[in-house]
Amino acid sequence: MAAFPWHARSRNYVSESEVCKLESVPLDFGDYHPLKPITVTESKTKKMNRKGSTSSTSSSSSSSMMDPLSSVLDGTDPLSLFAAAADPVMTTATMDSTRKKRDKDDSSAVGSDFEPWSSKRGEILARYTTTEKLSINLYIGSEKGKTTTTGSAVSEKVRTRLEELDDLEEGSQKELLNLTQQDYMNRIEELNQSLKDAWSSDQKVKALKIVIQCSKLLSDTTVIQFYPSKFVLITDILDTFGKLVYERILSMCVDSRVSLPDNFSPESVNDTAKETCLNWFFKIASIRELIPRFYVEAAILKCNKFLSKTGISECLPRLTSMIRGIGDPLVAVYARAYLCRVLLTEMMERCKKLGNNALLLNSVMSAFRAEFIAARSMDFIGMIKECDESGFPKHLLFRSLGLNLALADPPENDRLQILNEAWKVITKLKNPQDYINCAEVWVEYTCRHFTEREVNTVLADVIKHMTPDRAFEDAYPQLQSIIHKVITYIYDFSLLFSVEKFLPFLDMFQKESVRVEVCKCIMESFIKHQQESTKDPVILNALLHICKTMHDSVNALTLEDEKRMLAALINGFIKMVSFGRDFEQQLSFYVEARSMFCNLEPVLVQLIHSVNQLAMETRKVMKGNHSRKTAAFVRACVAFCFITIPSLSSIFTCLNLYLHSGQVALANQCLSQADAFFKAAVSLVPEVPRMISVDGKMRPSDAFLLEFLCNFFSTLLVVPDHPEQGVLFLVRGLLNVIQDYTWEDNSDNKVRIYTNVLHLLSAMTQEAYIYHVDKVDSNDTLYGGDSKFLAEINKLCETVIAQILDHLKNLGKEETLKRQSQLALSFFNTILAHGDLRNNKLNQLSVNLWNLAQKHGFADTKTMVKTLEYIKRQSKQPEMSHFTDLALRLPLQSRT
Amino acid sequence: EVLSGVVVITSKDTVQHQGISLTMEGSVNLQLSAKSVGVFEAFYNSVKPIQIINSTIEMVKPGKLPSGKTEIPFEFPLHMKGNKVLYETYHGVFVNIQYTLRCDMRRSLLAKDLTKTCEFIVHSLSQKGKLMPSPVDFTITPETLQNVKERASLPKFLIRGHLSSTNCIITQPLTGELVVENAEAAVKSIELQLVRVETCGCAEGYARDATEIQNIQIADGDVCRGLPIPIYMVFPRLFTCPTLETTNFKVEFEVNIVVLLHDDHLITENFPLKLCRM
Repeated sequence: MAAFPWHARSRNYVSESEVCKLESVPLDFGDYHPLKPITVTESKTKKMNRKGSTSSTSSSSSSSMMDPLSSVLDGTDPLSLFAAAADPVMTTATMDSTRKKRDKDDSSAVGSDFEPWSSKRGEILARYTTTEKLSINLYIGSEKGKTTTTGSAVSEKVRTRLEELDDLEEGSQKELLNLTQQDYMNRIEELNQSLKDAWSSDQKVKALKIVIQCSKLLSDTTVIQFYPSKFVLITDILDTFGKLVYERILSMCVDSRVSLPDNFSPESVNDTAKETCLNWFFKIASIRELIPRFYVEAAILKCNKFLSKTGISECLPRLTSMIRGIGDPLVAVYARAYLCRVLLTEMMERCKKLGNNALLLNSVMSAFRAEFIAARSMDFIGMIKECDESGFPKHLLFRSLGLNLALADPPENDRLQILNEAWKVITKLKNPQDYINCAEVWVEYTCRHFTEREVNTVLADVIKHMTPDRAFEDAYPQLQSIIHKVITYIYDFSLLFSVEKFLPFLDMFQKESVRVEVCKCIMESFIKHQQESTKDPVILNALLHICKTMHDSVNALTLEDEKRMLAALINGFIKMVSFGRDFEQQLSFYVEARSMFCNLEPVLVQLIHSVNQLAMETRKVMKGNHSRKTAAFVRACVAFCFITIPSLSSIFTCLNLYLHSGQVALANQCLSQADAFFKAAVSLVPEVPRMISVDGKMRPSDAFLLEFLCNFFSTLLVVPDHPEQGVLFLVRGLLNVIQDYTWEDNSDNKVRIYTNVLHLLSAMTQEAYIYHVDKVDSNDTLYGGDSKFLAEINKLCETVIAQILDHLKNLGKEETLKRQSQLALSFFNTILAHGDLRNNKLNQLSVNLWNLAQKHGFADTKTMVKTLEYIKRQSKQPEMSHFTDLALRLPLQSRT
Repeated sequence: EVLSGVVVITSKDTVQHQGISLTMEGSVNLQLSAKSVGVFEAFYNSVKPIQIINSTIEMVKPGKLPSGKTEIPFEFPLHMKGNKVLYETYHGVFVNIQYTLRCDMRRSLLAKDLTKTCEFIVHSLSQKGKLMPSPVDFTITPETLQNVKERASLPKFLIRGHLSSTNCIITQPLTGELVVENAEAAVKSIELQLVRVETCGCAEGYARDATEIQNIQIADGDVCRGLPIPIYMVFPRLFTCPTLETTNFKVEFEVNIVVLLHDDHLITENFPLKLCRM
């Protein structure tokens, strides 16, 4: 085969870049730009929700369903909309609205001191579900008694109503069997709806009937795991009913358009309202069955306010003892729960009066809202002190109190006293387990409200208690939790390490796995909270110690993930260390770190990057002109990298770091060092295995190698030849390595690399290179376009082209024709871009390649057309007129 | 006492009338229960409503009323006929004591007379003096029961309790406590049954009928042994009145404590009550 001499096209990079550069257009603030952050306004969602709930109160059930599609069209963010409706049990909007209304009620009636029922409610519904079949027993009263009381005497009216009540009990029983949970919930929701409908159409008796029926369902415990959810659903209905009655009576109190104030007294209630209210209580008192009577009375208990001031608290003991009549313990407990829910405030008063009951106190502290407890902390401490130790250990009570105080703030003035009082008791606890369980909780309170001094005292106390007999060994979880709390509140690390007892505290973690966990925790907090880099020797020493602990835990059995995580934490720390302008100190820190963390490769990689960055930083400070001192320093940095890289096991990491460090060395005018890096890289290439492990899977390595080599080529363009080595020593060396490398069979990667080599060589022949390294003379300056140099390059090109053509010829077999076509086109494009097509031989070669690409019908017609169009367009450029002829010689093969 | 109020007449046009009058009536209606009809058939017919009060007053003389709304206030003194007593309003099954106020507007021959009736309630005045509470303790065991066929087949049980008083103020609830000390069979339900006993009669004979007024469940299911369960029952308005004894009829009340065991044994303990208004 005839050799094709290469004639590179001469380029004027400056003018080309000017022609190709896009015109820059100034962008106004409001203009659209694809990279601008997308802002989403959420205000619309809120508005939507409000609309939804108000419309649904008017007892029309279907109209108020939100349409997610239309709201998206409104421009609302679908995610926030979804979040707004994310409650999994909210099946209809009406349910939602009742819930919202109730939320409001709860907060206004009981105050914000209590954990809102709404949050508990959702939890219960989500947790207690069943797949078993359920049944509802409904007594559908006959429809005859439809309030035909117009015109009759009052007594008759009342009689009919009472008869209807009887009806309800004797009416036809309808049992719905085999309901799924969803059916059941729908059914109950229907009842809720018909309750409202009945109420709004003035069928009060029917409403009462529905409520009675519903509460009757609570006596059925057949599917016990669903009972809590059933309780929630049915008490919802009861709440609705109680509210309807209350509002109705309240509306009757409106005299001359002045409604009652929130805290009205019974004297200001007029007689009609009182009479109506009394009537309700009479009606309910005549309900035959115990459970409905209890629930319905509890539901409207609030209405006692209209009758007398003390009414509610008088009813409470009676209702409580009424529950004793409920035989089924589960039903009875839930009945009590409902009573507590309706009457939280009164319940608390009673609890206080009873007092001195440790178990009760503990239940109160664990069930009521933290704010409520916190506000009365001193009272509680008093009560706890008076408690009888025998029934329920005091430390548990203090623990419960502490848990509340960790969540809510007690009054400002009491805070120190609370801590003193509590700690006085805690420190006297003999049993280390009891002690640590309490202390763990109170540490949070201390951190929350006091300074490092108090935290230090507390930590010292813990150390004192836990050290004897190595008690800490049994309390690692608690001790860990203490550390966790301390660093949550004290995240300024200079403050944290000023807490004297913090490091001694860490020494208690003597089991390695726990120790490492704690270290990880501290480092996470550091990375999360440290804003500015630091050189504080206290922090550095302490954290180096902590990191060392983490590093030393790595052994042959450590999982990859664990290693990765530890390395990420250590790297995060290394990145935050800065000695400012004291570069030497910085380097010696890196050297120290390298010796400490040699087992974690990612840390070494980070260190190499950091040192490279340090070198570049130095260059920047010196504005490129190194003094003797800085030059020596930079060489020290380079040397650091050079000796560190070989210790890494991942070959591609090494290659890339060699290249990267070489670039840094070049930039800092350390030419021989740069050469050394590049040489090392070249000699490492043959060792690249054919398959490498990526994320635990074996993958062919050639794609990575290709990428690396292309990157390498672009650097090699500017690397000046070593005066003692031959022309293009590095390029030749690399070509030899590529030639000898055992490439994957059936792959064209070698040839792809060769075409890229052609690009490099073409760029090298230019008079002025496309880019340079500041203050480094590349070959263009060194040789000044010397013909011997050019001839050398052309010889290389010739060899490369021969290799490519050889490979193309080998692809002439049936099964490889497609690859042949692609490669031919790619080579064609290379010639088009970099070759001088005025040269006949090259011109002929390109025409042949074009034809070869199309020969077997594997060429993509679109690409061919585009290419041809490009050629025609180029021909209009000055000095490119020969493209016109070329275009004429390139036929397009239509695929038929 | 005086019954007072307003008569409201609304019309579009002026109304011509022959006078408007108010009539107050109060009567006791006695009726015999179906089961005693056969025996006392002759007697049945002889039972007539006993009138307690009946008086009429003329409110407006014949004339015209202007169009629109006319309000005519009135005051009506409650005067007894002779030495008769004004009983409390009571609606029972066999005894009914009812008071009504009727307003009649007589009109010319061409138009119908207009009538409107309205019931009013009479509560007797509080009785003077203190009511002496009369607490009752009770114990129910198989041995205390009467009317048992096979005493041996009964499960063993011991139920104790007390009623705070059998002399009750009608506006106050009936209270007490009940303890199931032990019971071999599971308890199904414990109920309070309020029963009225109406007796109609005179010299020729009488009929006594007991009917249930209300039934209140105080325990549902097998309750805890030894735990006092409250007895609590509000007396329903209109269906109860102070215990009444006259020559012609009596209205009395009783409460039954009904314990239903799981094997369908029904145990009933009866307590007569005396209701009064204080």
